[in-house]
Amino acid sequence: MRVHLPNSAHLSNIGGFLAQLDASDPTDLRFSMHDRWVSVHPFTLAIAACLGAQCRRAGGSVTAETYDHASVRYLVRMGLFNALGVEAPVEITEHEASGRFIPLTNIRSAEDLKAAITDLVPLLHAPPAVADPIRYVFSEMVRNVLEHAGSPVGAYVCAQYYKKSNRIAIGIADFGVGIQDTMKRFHRVTDDASAIRLALQPGFTGTTSRIGGTEFNAGAGLFFTKSIASLSRNIFLLYSGEALFKLLRQPQDQLTLNADPAMDRHRFLKVPDWPGTAIGIDIAVREDVEFSALLNEIRKAYSIDVKKRKKAYYKKIQFR
Amino acid sequence: MTSISVFAMAGDFAEDKDVAAHIRDDHVTPALQRGRTLHLSFEGVTLVTQSFVHALISEPLRTHGEKALDLLVFEGCSTGVRGIIETVVQYSLETMDENGEAAV
Repeated sequence: MRVHLPNSAHLSNIGGFLAQLDASDPTDLRFSMHDRWVSVHPFTLAIAACLGAQCRRAGGSVTAETYDHASVRYLVRMGLFNALGVEAPVEITEHEASGRFIPLTNIRSAEDLKAAITDLVPLLHAPPAVADPIRYVFSEMVRNVLEHAGSPVGAYVCAQYYKKSNRIAIGIADFGVGIQDTMKRFHRVTDDASAIRLALQPGFTGTTSRIGGTEFNAGAGLFFTKSIASLSRNIFLLYSGEALFKLLRQPQDQLTLNADPAMDRHRFLKVPDWPGTAIGIDIAVREDVEFSALLNEIRKAYSIDVKKRKKAYYKKIQFR
Repeated sequence: MTSISVFAMAGDFAEDKDVAAHIRDDHVTPALQRGRTLHLSFEGVTLVTQSFVHALISEPLRTHGEKALDLLVFEGCSTGVRGIIETVVQYSLETMDENGEAAV
């Protein structure tokens, strides 16, 4: 296995990071980083943490090529070297992780998830407009991992809040069975890209062939998460197997939510094999816009099928 | 008439689907089976996931159809909670039709 952190790897330029990723042979993990500067998205850190955990689990060894430069301190505080199981190149005095980031956190159970949401998100000291999307995405995406992925290392999550630009960056990764294996239990999918496309459509889940899901799974979590990124005109990545779906920034004048991701402004990329699933999302937040307003936009766009709605059932709900 | 506080069971961020399933099995489904009105209070709940609401009401809606909306009353819902409930109700009843289940 190999993971290299280049000088810049964010959702808009993730190709360089992925090109050097190798998730095979868990007995040997080689970690390296740019020698002068590293600026990376939480997506990359969650992936690196998964590799470290999988290597430890396989009884393998980690070789780390690190440098002592300014950005290393950030990686230490994000918990990267702990997750990799190697000594950090610099010692720093740990301060409370408040105001800017949620460090790499391993989640293996519903209790872990609850604790992460309860204990970690408040560290941002952020208003609800910032904290709510993080809580929502953490919950929906990590529950997907716990319920479908069968990941031997659980899920790794982390997040960064860029206060100046009012942007939240979230990374979530697992080392499970991947989307194709999950979806093909009940659906006809031919490759990783077609499995990802189906998984992003509301109403399709890996637990039943029934459109709309079971009593426990709706098959809507990924659609909601993609829509949250789309509505804030940001990027969303879904990576599994040899395919990566990249939702590109939607033009301001064409801000529509599509049930079928193929209708979105997007790219499917062929990338090195990742056995599990990794998600990267950027969300722009406006403190004057409640998260509920965003969810309402998704509700308006939500349609299980492209067929025209027959009846406005929601108008009959008794709210008091 | 029975009233259930979602906040008391799931907290201000209602996301635990197991809790939702407990409320469904212990309160929602029995009330609908007996034709009794059930008030689901979301007072104090600031955020809810679609998965939580799905686990709470989707199957009962598909089983009992539109008639269930006469017996379920949603109280104290914030704008966001209300939007999620509307979404789940809409697609649950739509897909009941799509899947050819008995419409009431």
